[in-house]
Amino acid sequence: MPLAIALILLVVGTLVFHFLSPWTFTPLASNWSQIDDTIDITFVVCGIVFVAVNLFMAYAVVKYRAKEGSKAAYDPENKKLETILTIVTAVGVAAMLTPGLFVWGEFVDVPDDAMEIEAIGQQWHWTYRLPGKDGQFGNVDSLRMTNDNPFGMDPDDPLGQDDVLVYNPEVHLPVNVPVKVNLRSKDVLHDFAVAQFRVKMDLVPGMETYLWFEPTVTGSYEVLCEELCGIAHHTMRGAVVVDEQADFDAWLASNPTYAETQVASSGNAALGAAQYAVCAACHGQQGEGLQALNAPKIAGQSPWYLKRQIQNYKAGMRGVHENDIFGKQMAPMAATLVNDAAIDNVIAHIATFPDNPSPATVDGDVANGQRLYNTCAYCHGKDGAGIQAINAPRMAGMTDWYLVNQLKNFRAGVRGQHPQDFYGKQMGFMGRTIHSDELINDLVAYINTL
Amino acid sequence: MAYVSIADRDHEVEHHDPQTFISKYVWSQDHKVIAIQYGALAIFIGLVGMLLSSMFRLQLGFPDTFQFINPENYLQFVSTHGMIMVIYLLTALFLGGFGNYLIPLQLGSRDMVFPFMNMLSVWVYALSVLILIASFFVPGGATGAGWTLYPPQAISQGTPGVDMGIILMLLSLAVFIVAFTMGGLNYVTTVLQARCRGMTLMRMPLSIWGIFMATILGLLAFPALLVSAIMMLLDRLIGTSFFMPAMMAAGEVTDHNGGSPVLFQHLFWFFGHPEVYIVALPAFGIVSDLLSVHARKNIFGYRMMVWAIIAIGGLSFIVWAHHMYVSGMNPYFGFFFATTTLIIAVPTALKVYNWVLTLWQGNIHLRVPMLFAIAFIFTFTHGGLTGLFLGNVTIDLPLSDTYFVVAHFHMVMGVSPVLVVFGAIYHWYPKMTGRMYNETLGKWHFWLTFLGAYSLYLPMHYIGFLGVPRRYFAMGNTDFMPDSAITLNSAMTISALIIAASQLIFLYNIIVSLKKGEPSGGNPWKATSLEWLTPDTPPKHGNWGHDLPVVHRWAYDYSVPGAPDDFTPQTVPADVVPVGRDHGVDS
Amino acid sequence: MYITLVFLGVIMATIIWWLLRQTFNTQPWVSEAADSTVSGPSIDTSSKSVALTTFLAVATSVFALFISAYTIRMDEPDWRPLAEPALLWANTVVLILASVVYHWTRNAAVNGVQHRIRPGLTIAGALTVLFLLGQLVAWRQLLAAGYYADANVANAFFYLLTAVHGLHMLGGLWVWFSSTIKVWTGADSDSVRLSIELCTVYWHFLLLVWIVLFGMLLST
Repeated sequence: MPLAIALILLVVGTLVFHFLSPWTFTPLASNWSQIDDTIDITFVVCGIVFVAVNLFMAYAVVKYRAKEGSKAAYDPENKKLETILTIVTAVGVAAMLTPGLFVWGEFVDVPDDAMEIEAIGQQWHWTYRLPGKDGQFGNVDSLRMTNDNPFGMDPDDPLGQDDVLVYNPEVHLPVNVPVKVNLRSKDVLHDFAVAQFRVKMDLVPGMETYLWFEPTVTGSYEVLCEELCGIAHHTMRGAVVVDEQADFDAWLASNPTYAETQVASSGNAALGAAQYAVCAACHGQQGEGLQALNAPKIAGQSPWYLKRQIQNYKAGMRGVHENDIFGKQMAPMAATLVNDAAIDNVIAHIATFPDNPSPATVDGDVANGQRLYNTCAYCHGKDGAGIQAINAPRMAGMTDWYLVNQLKNFRAGVRGQHPQDFYGKQMGFMGRTIHSDELINDLVAYINTL
Repeated sequence: MAYVSIADRDHEVEHHDPQTFISKYVWSQDHKVIAIQYGALAIFIGLVGMLLSSMFRLQLGFPDTFQFINPENYLQFVSTHGMIMVIYLLTALFLGGFGNYLIPLQLGSRDMVFPFMNMLSVWVYALSVLILIASFFVPGGATGAGWTLYPPQAISQGTPGVDMGIILMLLSLAVFIVAFTMGGLNYVTTVLQARCRGMTLMRMPLSIWGIFMATILGLLAFPALLVSAIMMLLDRLIGTSFFMPAMMAAGEVTDHNGGSPVLFQHLFWFFGHPEVYIVALPAFGIVSDLLSVHARKNIFGYRMMVWAIIAIGGLSFIVWAHHMYVSGMNPYFGFFFATTTLIIAVPTALKVYNWVLTLWQGNIHLRVPMLFAIAFIFTFTHGGLTGLFLGNVTIDLPLSDTYFVVAHFHMVMGVSPVLVVFGAIYHWYPKMTGRMYNETLGKWHFWLTFLGAYSLYLPMHYIGFLGVPRRYFAMGNTDFMPDSAITLNSAMTISALIIAASQLIFLYNIIVSLKKGEPSGGNPWKATSLEWLTPDTPPKHGNWGHDLPVVHRWAYDYSVPGAPDDFTPQTVPADVVPVGRDHGVDS
Repeated sequence: MYITLVFLGVIMATIIWWLLRQTFNTQPWVSEAADSTVSGPSIDTSSKSVALTTFLAVATSVFALFISAYTIRMDEPDWRPLAEPALLWANTVVLILASVVYHWTRNAAVNGVQHRIRPGLTIAGALTVLFLLGQLVAWRQLLAAGYYADANVANAFFYLLTAVHGLHMLGGLWVWFSSTIKVWTGADSDSVRLSIELCTVYWHFLLLVWIVLFGMLLST
């Protein structure tokens, strides 16, 4: 008897949960309402079967439970009943399958007027490529990929010259325009998924896959990697911003074409020396850092990382949190570098500094730190030298007290919380896995030994 | 006519009765001892798998609270948990454990046809378990590639365990497959060749049908896993490019070129989907028997049940790519595989109907095994129906790789078969040990496990509707996931911990009852099938004493009109107790 | 995967056909449908040969899957076929001879022609060992010519397929070894007859597999 009651309560509870649950599909933001319709049909058919079978079973358990003197019937089979049930089941299955196949047919078949973009996955971030004015993509090849040519572009392919390269996990799309997203992976499997668009597809290295949708609601949507791609899988986020056409055009124009990235200056160290005077006040004449002024060592730090951080400061993505006291000091300093050329020049100047390891100032349990560093090594390298392709800066030989501060900032959400600071957010995820200041000291003490 | 059935070798009754402890309990060739060895080892490693799940559930329910779980070992726990549960627990327990125990006993044979190979099988299985466990203790730890071990990530930088863990994992799988093949050859041959007199195929209990078909599936499907494991091992060890394309690893271009990751997925799921049925079919069979015995009624539609098992087994080989709708394979395959997948729902649904109809007009005794069997129907219906969402290629687009998938397969091939495992253990415990378990503890175990599992997995589907991806160490702040989902996750973790803890009740019960349980007698459930008719309980080596049983009827003669009892054992001749009336069915 | 599907389709179809034939038209709850004096084994042969047949189905599955993988992988643009050494033709002839001699020995064992068993078994085994050595030499020739396994996947497949086939052959030799020892230590034909019969089937099977593999390697 308790079992029958439990079965009935579970059926009722399931229905109540289903109808009252605040956890359900996100509001649709694409053309794929047909997918939602197919789901609704399936819910109805399956719901009826679920309720019918289990209530019938509960009823049977009550009605035919063993009592004094009761006896079971003898009933080997009933062909008529079984045939009817087979037919009814087949009809139910067909009712679910048929719309499913039709909608799949539409998913497979991309509309002719769809604009094309390319989403590229790699451990553990997204980049994008748009075909440029000619509407055609240039050749790419995995074997050509380097830090200077992260897209593996073919320099001799005329079609590729006007390709717009978006080295950023955020991409913009115009609203109400069907878009075919070609998917490529540089390393392992990934999966391009946006919950609000309903569709997703794996990225497979060595081949190109695709999906298509038509965004129908403007706004920003999170891109998630949904195919396990390694230790930082859960940090592989991006964004699709759906804009009105004019906003989209403006955004598109703000991104460089391949040809433009080829002619970009590498920075002039001599010009940068003058600009550096502002920096030297805190970071030191040789970029060696000064703990008293909370200025970290910058000599020997990877140029791409310095550039991104200066840009982040300038864009208000870093140094804006109320508890980020030192970051707030840096932000106006970064603003003195008026444009990218100025940034490049300063960084070129910094690159000329001698790189002497900073003295160790942090005490901790090195063995424990080594254990913790296992996770860090995936991105920052076993030697702590940083890996540009993973957007992980150098840590070994840099100012250790600064690492401690930043780890605390990441953990506390002081840094890496800005919605557009995708790389900072990744480190935030990782920073939060170290739960105490003591462990941070252990970790940094180990990094000091690298 | 060469008539060589070991079942007929009555004169060999006394042949090799083991004397020493070692030959009786360690290097035993007795199928019952081997079954218990298989079962105990599977349950042990299953408990390890459960412990792993508790640990990563802690992270999911209470993110960033426990220092001992980080992204690295999170993935290692998730991967090993999956592999353990699917292969080392369920496959080994159903086929190595119940297959070994039930096939000779329910078919009236003295033992498996090849007892020595049977013994080798269990020890090779033990070796595979050992290698699996060892992978946690090598430099770099166990693999964190997910139980599906997809290349390239399984063997490239960025995934935990790429140094040694993955190698040991693949090695362990290969060894397991060897063990399974040795066992499988035994099960198939014994079912075909060593049935006692009168035991026609259509008189076999459905447990045997399920195990038999699952074994055939396993023998034909495990090679796919072996082939893919060998090729991946070569990619990892000597740098071939079977599955490895031109790609980067940690920012450097690798030496691989041209390999096809999708090829691995085809091979893996060519094994992986039949594997679902390797676990499910024995559960289907066993639950049919439990329902029939405890409802005191013949299983409804026995022939339909047999054919459904055969049909499901056959169809299970042509649905594999429904795991790959969004894998980047040719999207036109989606039409074919969605259709075959939904077709397989028909025989499966018929089995559910027949179980429920077996209860109808029964005389239902709600003992512990029956509770588990009925709960199985409930969870299996739920899990089967959610399979119709995922099998339908269109609906797979939003739901693939989300928690909906996790919830679905846990409900259908985690919770459901495990409920059958528990039901079956309680059901045959008196035969295995000669003692009865503690009914009250059994019921506590049932309620905590059943309600705990449902309260864990039902909400998980809804997290999946929301779009939360599986295999995420943490979600962080996202736009589409409300804060209440975090609370829900915490609640699910508490359910998981309750389930895990309640398994201690089970362990306590079966261990303490070994000594303290009431003596059960040989046939406490008043069942008809042969295993309950052994001269000794627990059965001795050789099972049947001097004379092998002779079968005169099917295994489901319960409540036959005109019979003196509500059960008529299979060995009772038709002229002593009449068989059931011909139901007026033309054949 | 089509090849695997065809292979497995045939196997599954056979199983299902056989099972349905056994199970159709019976009403198990009716006693007359099966007389209790009929019995036990479903297939009128020894258990060992049932086990061997089952194992051959498993091995077929393994090879079919390798062949499927081969044909799928072959379509990738990086595939560079290798020049199979001519020695493989000689090896094939040796393996055919081994199979023939095994069959001859089997006939002797079945008919109780005692004196033909010892030389037959010994020659069959020697030919098989010769085949395996020949395969090793072919490997060395390929390696010497620079066809490394990690250089191109076509090479890797060649080594892999020949190795898997060779391992199956070695497994057969293990059984061959035990019956040969028995024969040379004076056992009569009855005690080894079954083993020789089954080995013959196995040798034929592996010959067939080799011919399929060799044909595939040559034609691609």
